[in-house]
Amino acid sequence: MLKEGESRIPSGCAISGIIDKKGKRFNGEEIIKSIALMHERSNGLGGGFAAYGIYPQYKELYSFHIFYDNLSIKTQVEDFLAKHFEIESAGNIPTKSVPNIEDQPLIWRYFVYPKIYMSKKEVIDEDEFTFRCVIKINREYKGAYIFSSGKNMGAFKGVGYPEDIGEFFMLDRYEAYMWTAHGRFPTNTPGWWGGAHPFTMLNWSVVHNGEISSYDANRHFVEMFGYKCTLQTDTEVITYLFDLLIRKHKMPMDKALKAVASPFWDDIERESKEIQNELKSIRIVYSSALINGPFSIILGCQKGMIALNDRIKLRSMVIAEKGDRTYVASEESAIRIICDNPDRVWSPRGGEAVIALLEGENK
Amino acid sequence: MKKIKALDIYYRELNDSIDNEIKTDKSIMLTDVFGQRYIGRGLPQGVKIKIQGTPGNDMAVYMDGAEIEVFGNVQDAVGNTMNSGKIIVHGRCGDTLGYAMRGGEIYIEGNVGYRVGIHMKEYKKMKPLIVVGGKAGDFLGEYMAGGAIILLALDLAKDEEIVGRFCGTGIHGGKIYINGKVDKYKFGKEIEKVSLDKEDIVFLKRHIDLYSKFFKKDLLHLKIESFSKYAAVNKNPYANMYCAN
Repeated sequence: MLKEGESRIPSGCAISGIIDKKGKRFNGEEIIKSIALMHERSNGLGGGFAAYGIYPQYKELYSFHIFYDNLSIKTQVEDFLAKHFEIESAGNIPTKSVPNIEDQPLIWRYFVYPKIYMSKKEVIDEDEFTFRCVIKINREYKGAYIFSSGKNMGAFKGVGYPEDIGEFFMLDRYEAYMWTAHGRFPTNTPGWWGGAHPFTMLNWSVVHNGEISSYDANRHFVEMFGYKCTLQTDTEVITYLFDLLIRKHKMPMDKALKAVASPFWDDIERESKEIQNELKSIRIVYSSALINGPFSIILGCQKGMIALNDRIKLRSMVIAEKGDRTYVASEESAIRIICDNPDRVWSPRGGEAVIALLEGENK
Repeated sequence: MKKIKALDIYYRELNDSIDNEIKTDKSIMLTDVFGQRYIGRGLPQGVKIKIQGTPGNDMAVYMDGAEIEVFGNVQDAVGNTMNSGKIIVHGRCGDTLGYAMRGGEIYIEGNVGYRVGIHMKEYKKMKPLIVVGGKAGDFLGEYMAGGAIILLALDLAKDEEIVGRFCGTGIHGGKIYINGKVDKYKFGKEIEKVSLDKEDIVFLKRHIDLYSKFFKKDLLHLKIESFSKYAAVNKNPYANMYCAN
């Protein structure tokens, strides 16, 4: 088989997302059908899903989904987990054998509660404690990778076409109020299980079609705040940017979106003085959080889903609404295959975020 | 007219079966189309395809005289490098419509996305045309080198913008006609407003009539005076970029 870089399969990533804003849960069949329709946009080197609302019985606990290369690293990581967390439940993530999915790592799931008293030096909250543990494991335990660490949500991903990955993880058996999906066509980095989308941190997840040319500027910026980019891929940094801006710096979501996809300076000049001041402050303080390059992303969080294009819209994205649901996909046909006669279909402008939140949540 | 139900048919098989069918019957109806790419690619004059559903990217790529009518919305890069023929879309359209189009006509009933008419070109009698019923996104007519785009801007709400930013950036040929007022900052520096001449008025009337016929819309209220014409400031702006000639 030709190695990466020795062959080229022309393609582009695919993303898809569905949210029921009333919080009604539904299984993974629809999101698989949607992402499968865009098969042509992936090349079998990565597929994945994020699902919100799937673990209501454990909704107070963090759920860790972990890839292990071997049993010895698993033992080491479990030692660390036992020291830092109460482990309520642990076990394999159930999978079934699917023809095109092979060389899978060991895939484990833990429902845990942080032993926050372990942090003696400073007062930090549970999220921060958990965040630091996740970063530590992903950075220092070679052969182990926590690919999901939120509450009442989970990521499921691997090397393969997304529809095969969905079948492998039996997503028809999970019920979520929000699903996002990704079909990967890796361009710069090798396809490996940890490198598939979505990338998550705590409750954040990102699926991404595109390429971040500002990656290094963004990476340096988040690493100043204790993040560590371990995956050799640009999407990871988007997840950390949102975690930093919204969780740590407590920016309102709409302001954070203005930092990552800020308006052009000459567009700002046409705004009122008040808005100008605000936008200029964001651009100046968070200049290193500006994401440049072609992208369309779906950001998932506990509140709901946000879809965003780069400012000059170098990747395609379509939104549809029907009843309580909002749909996002790289191609309109991928929405229509699971949604007859949507009430409204449109393409947002570049840099214009579409925010679809659960009822009762605010931006 | 042969009917093909396209649901769950892989795009290659679908396009192969269209190739096969047109050997005996040049009129085809495709139903339940969901995202299959390249429908109508390179097809010659005489072929007529009607489509129900949402055809995939690069519909009518390199099309060479065929006619396609879509009862639904279309996606990205429709009419990519199309040579001749006609496309009528009863719906909206994604990005890069008419990418590097060389000839033929495209009529879109509703709105279109970003970079419509990018790199359109013309040569002697081959003059491509795109008529849009609704509004257009940023970069309309970017690097345009020939042909014409008509933006009718029908039925827009008050807060809707007729056209996005960077319109006509890098243009060095062709014409863009826009119904309604657009602020100057939205245009690239290579494009300017010019006055409508008699030929333009005849041209506009003819294609507005065709639009109203295709989509069964009464457009008698449209006033030619409310259209503005935009064209390249300089026909050959990059001639001296690397060496004086």
